[in-house]
Amino acid sequence: MGAANRQIARGAVFSPVSTPANTIATLAWFSLAITLAIFLTVGGLLLYSIIRFRARPSDEQREPPQLYGSNPIEFAWTAIPLLIVFVLALTTVRTIYDVQAAVEPANAVHVRVIGHQWWWEFRYPDLGIVTANELHVPLSDPTHPTPTWIELESADVAHSFWVPRLAGKTDLIPNKINTMWIDPHEPGTYLGQCAEFCGTEHAMMLIRVVVEPRANFDRWVEAQRLAATAQDTVARGRQVFQSNACASCHTVQGTSAHGTYGPDLTHMMSRQTVGSGVATNTADHLKTWVRDPARMKPGALMPAMNLSEKDLDDVVAWMVTLK
Amino acid sequence: MAGTIDDRFTFEGRDSELAPTVALPIAGKVHEWITTVDHKKLGLMYIGWGLIFFLVAGLQAATIRLQLAVPNAGIVSPQVFNRLLTLHGTAMVFLVGMPILTGFFNYLVPLMIGARDLAFPRLNAFGFWLWLFGSLLLYFSYIGGGGMDGAGSAPAVGWFAYAPLTETAFSRGHSTDYWIISILLASVGSTATAVNLIATAFSMRCPGMALNKMPVLVWLAVVDAGLMLVTLPPLSAAQIMLLLDRYLGAHFFDTQAGGSAVLWQHFFWIFGHPEVYVLVIPAFAFASEIIPVFSRKVIFGYEVMVAASCAIGFLSLGVWAHHMFTVGMTPAGNAFFVTSSMLVGIPTGIKIFNWLGTMWGGRIRLRVPMLFAIAFLFQFLIAGLTGILLAVAPFDWQLTDTYFVVAHFHYVLIGGIVFMIFAAIYYWFPKATGRMLDERLGQWHFWLFLIGFHLTFDTLHFAGLEGMPRRIYTYQPGRGFELPNLIASIGVIFQALGVIAFVYDVIKSLTSGKPAGKDPWDAWTLEWSTSSPPPEYNFADLPTVHSRRPLWDLKHPEDPDWKYE
Amino acid sequence: MSNVKPLTMEAAAHTIAPPAILHPWGLPSRGRVGMIALIITETAFFTIFVTAYVFYIGKSLTPPYPRDVLSYPVFNTICLLSSSLTIALASRALSTGAIRKFAVLWFITLALGVEFLIGTGFEWHRLIYHVGLTIRTNLFGTTYYSLVGLHATHVTIGATAIALVMVLTLAGSVRQEHAERIEMLSWYWHFVDAVWIVVFLTVYVIGAR
Repeated sequence: MGAANRQIARGAVFSPVSTPANTIATLAWFSLAITLAIFLTVGGLLLYSIIRFRARPSDEQREPPQLYGSNPIEFAWTAIPLLIVFVLALTTVRTIYDVQAAVEPANAVHVRVIGHQWWWEFRYPDLGIVTANELHVPLSDPTHPTPTWIELESADVAHSFWVPRLAGKTDLIPNKINTMWIDPHEPGTYLGQCAEFCGTEHAMMLIRVVVEPRANFDRWVEAQRLAATAQDTVARGRQVFQSNACASCHTVQGTSAHGTYGPDLTHMMSRQTVGSGVATNTADHLKTWVRDPARMKPGALMPAMNLSEKDLDDVVAWMVTLK
Repeated sequence: MAGTIDDRFTFEGRDSELAPTVALPIAGKVHEWITTVDHKKLGLMYIGWGLIFFLVAGLQAATIRLQLAVPNAGIVSPQVFNRLLTLHGTAMVFLVGMPILTGFFNYLVPLMIGARDLAFPRLNAFGFWLWLFGSLLLYFSYIGGGGMDGAGSAPAVGWFAYAPLTETAFSRGHSTDYWIISILLASVGSTATAVNLIATAFSMRCPGMALNKMPVLVWLAVVDAGLMLVTLPPLSAAQIMLLLDRYLGAHFFDTQAGGSAVLWQHFFWIFGHPEVYVLVIPAFAFASEIIPVFSRKVIFGYEVMVAASCAIGFLSLGVWAHHMFTVGMTPAGNAFFVTSSMLVGIPTGIKIFNWLGTMWGGRIRLRVPMLFAIAFLFQFLIAGLTGILLAVAPFDWQLTDTYFVVAHFHYVLIGGIVFMIFAAIYYWFPKATGRMLDERLGQWHFWLFLIGFHLTFDTLHFAGLEGMPRRIYTYQPGRGFELPNLIASIGVIFQALGVIAFVYDVIKSLTSGKPAGKDPWDAWTLEWSTSSPPPEYNFADLPTVHSRRPLWDLKHPEDPDWKYE
Repeated sequence: MSNVKPLTMEAAAHTIAPPAILHPWGLPSRGRVGMIALIITETAFFTIFVTAYVFYIGKSLTPPYPRDVLSYPVFNTICLLSSSLTIALASRALSTGAIRKFAVLWFITLALGVEFLIGTGFEWHRLIYHVGLTIRTNLFGTTYYSLVGLHATHVTIGATAIALVMVLTLAGSVRQEHAERIEMLSWYWHFVDAVWIVVFLTVYVIGAR
C-alpha cells in the first residue's frame, strides 16, 4: 500500500481543503499562537530563575530572604490568564456554532455512513446507490458551495469518521445519529481512518474520499446505479459466488446475492483498495483475500471461504469484472 | 553538615531507648510485613508494588513502541497488541499511579502532622491487600480470561472500555470481566485510603497544627482524598452496571435494547477526568515540598496554593465531557465544557507561577530531586498548554483520539507525575531507609530518562497532527507516520536505560548507600525531626508546632515563621 | 504543653513568645469524620444509579411500563422512615445511659428495617412472577431492580450492623461510653433512609407518570 498511499498528497490537520477543516485550522493557529506566547513567557522566566538564582558555593550557609507571598502579584497572574481564557473561549464557541450549527442547503448531497467492524458502508439515499469504504463527493465551489451532508450511524460498536483534510472527526454511535458536512474545494483523493477503538482491526478501517468535479461525480453515480452485467466468460465464477456462502453477506446487484452483513460488491473494482484499505485492489490481492481474509486482516469477520483453487480462480475472474 | 538538625533541636532524642532493635528471622519478617497495620510499612508496600507494576506495564509499552517503530512490523498480532495497550493503560493508572501516589501520602501524612499513624490503621491494611489482589487479578486475566469457549484472554477494550464493545456480544469470554472486577476491588482499596487520609488530617493533628499550619502536601492529600471519594464511585457504579449487562442480561449499555453507549462515556469520564487530577495532585504536593527546600525559600503564597488546589479539585468535576467533544453533543453542551476546561487551567497555572515565585530570589540547589522537579515544571507547563489546545473543541475534533492526545497525556503522566515520583523517591528514600541514593547514578537516571522522554513524546505530537489515530496496531507506509514513530521508539531505549540506572541505584543504596541521618536535605517539616527510618511509633513525644515550618523555627529561633504567617 | 525540648540559652534569648495554642487541643473525632466521608462517597455512588434511572425514564422499547405495574410502597416507607426516628431516640437514650430504653428502641429499629426488606421482597416476587418484569425485560426492569436493589443492599448492610449491636446489647457489652459509635451507625442508617426518599420519588413518583 506504500506506493498507493504515497500517491496521495501529504498533509493533514494543517492542509485543509474543506470549510470545516479550514475553520478549525484557523482557530488552531490562533490557539497555538497564544499557548506559544504563554510557554515562552513562563518558560523563559523559569529558565531565568534557575540560572540567576542558582546557589553559589559561597552562599552555602546563608538562607535567602523569605518571601511568603504577594497579593498584587497573585491578583495579576490570576487576572491575566482569566482574560486570555475569556478571549479564547469566546473565539472557540463561535467556531463551534459555525461548524455544528451550519444550515444544510437544498443542493447538498446526502450520504448515510454506517460503521461496521471494520469497514464503512456508504449509502446515497437520494441517488439510490450503495458502496463501501470509498466515498465519492462532488467538488464544491467556495462561491457557490455544493456541500455533502453526512449522517453517521453504527451497526455495532462506536467508530469515528476522520478525514483530517476535510473536517474534524465525528463519532458513529449505535442507537444515535450524528451529522457532519464537508465541502471540499480541491479535487483529489483524501485519506482517513476510523478514530475510535472498535476492536481487533480498528487500525485497518481506512477511508478514501474521492473529490471530483460535478460532471465526473454524476458519471460515477450513473455507473454505480447499474447492475452487474452478466458476461458469459465469467459465468462460472458468478455461479460460485451465488452458490457459496458469499451471498449471505454480500450484495451484487443483478445476481441473487442480497446479503447485507458485508460490503456491497456490485462495483467493487471501482474502488482502489480491498479490505477497507489493507491492500490495493488487484486480482492477486483479491485472491488472497477471498482465500483467507485473516491473512491480510487478522480478526476480520469474513471467514476463510475454503474454496478449491479452481473455484477461487473463477470467482476472482468474475469479481474483477465488477467495475 | 551545618544547618542540619542535631539533638539539641530535636523534639525527641530517645529513640534508642524506646525502640530496641530485634533481629527477626526471615519468617518473622515476612509475618511482620503481612500483618502490619503501620502506615509506613503499608505505604512502602504500596510504593514497592506500584514500582513493580511500573516495570511490567513499562515493558508492555516498550513492546507497543517496538511494534510501531516501523510500518507493518508484525512483531505482535492485533489481538495481542490490543491487550497490551489495554493493560498498559489500565495498569499505569490503577496499579502504578494510584498506589505509588497514595502510598506516599500513606507514609508522609501522619509524620507531617505529628501523628503516630493514620486514623484507621486496620482499614489501611484492608485497603492495601484488597488493592494488591485486585491488581494481580488484572494480570491473571492472561491466564484466566479464556472462559468456557476459550475466547478471550486479557482484556482488549482499551483502558476506558467503551460500550458496546464491552458488552457480551462484542467481548467474548471473561477478559472484560477481569477488567471490571480487578478495578472494582482496587477502587475499594483506594476509597478506603481516601476515607483514612481525610479522617487523619482532620482528627489527628498535633497540638498547634491548625488547618492553616498543615504542610501543603497534607492539604493536597485532603483535596486528593476528597476528590477520590467523589470520583471513584461513578466508575464503580458504571462497572457494576456493565457487570449486570454481561451477567444478568440488563440493558444499561445495550444499544439494541435502547440502551445508550454515550451514557457509559459520561459515567466513565465523570470518573476519568477527576481521576487524572487525583493522579496529578500528589505530584503538585511533592513539588510543593521539594521546590521550597531546594530553593531555600518558603513556598510562595501558601494560602493561594491551598485555595487553588481546592479550586482545581472542585472545577475538575465539571469538565469531563471534553473527552466527548466528537460524540455529538449540542453546540451549547460543547461550549459549556470548553469554558469549564479552560477555567480549570487557571488555578493550575497559578500553582506553576507560585512555584516560580518560590524559586525566584532563592538559592537553588540542583540536587537530583530538584532536577526532576525543574523538569516537571517545564513539562507540566507544556502539558497544561496542550491541554488548553485540546479544550478548544473544534481543534479537539481533529486532535482527539490521535497521537497528539497520547502525547499530551503522557506529558502529564510521565513528564509531570512520573518525574515527580522520581523526585519524591530521591527526596524521601533517605527518610524511609536511612540511606541516601547515589547522586551520580541519579544524574545518569535523570538525563537518560529526560532525553528518552522528549525523544518519544515530543515527536508523537506531530504524528497526531499528521493524521495518526491512537490504538492502532500498525500503520501503512506512505502516510507520513514513519519518521515520528521511529524516533519515538528510539526514545524508549533511553528511558529504559534511565530506569535501569534507577533500579540499580535503589538496590545498591538499600545496603550500601551513604547514611542519611535525620535531616539530610536541611528541610523544615516534621518528618525530618525523627530518625531515618522513623521508629514504628513515629514520635516518642508528640510535637507542638507554631508555624508551617516547625524545623525552620527551631533552626532560626531569631526569625521564626510564625512572626510572618 | 511542653513536648518541645528546651532551646539553648543563646537561642532562647532571641525568641519572643509564639502565638498561643488552643487549649484543650480539640479535634473532631475520627469516627465522625470517617462516617461523613463514607456518606459522601456513597452519595456519589447512588447519584449515578439515580441518574441512569432518570435518563432511561420512558425509553423502554417494550412493556411492562412503570405506571402499569408499580404501586406505592406506603407501608414499607412508613416503616423505614419511622426507623430513623426510633434509631435517633435509641442513640439519645444510650448517650444518657438508659440502656434498657436503648435496647427496646434499638430492637424496634431492627424490626422496622427487616420489615422493609421483607416488604421489598414481596414486591419483587409479585413483579417477577405475576407481572413478568425482570432485570432483563426492558430498560425499566434494568434500572428498577438495580436502583431499588442497590438501596436494599445498603439496608441489609445497615440491618446487619444493627443486628450485631443488638446481640452485643443483649450480651450486656454495650454501655454509655459507646454512644458516639452508636451515633455514627445511626448516621449511616439516616443516610440509607434519606436515599430511600430519593429512590421513592424517582421510581414511584417521577418515573411512574
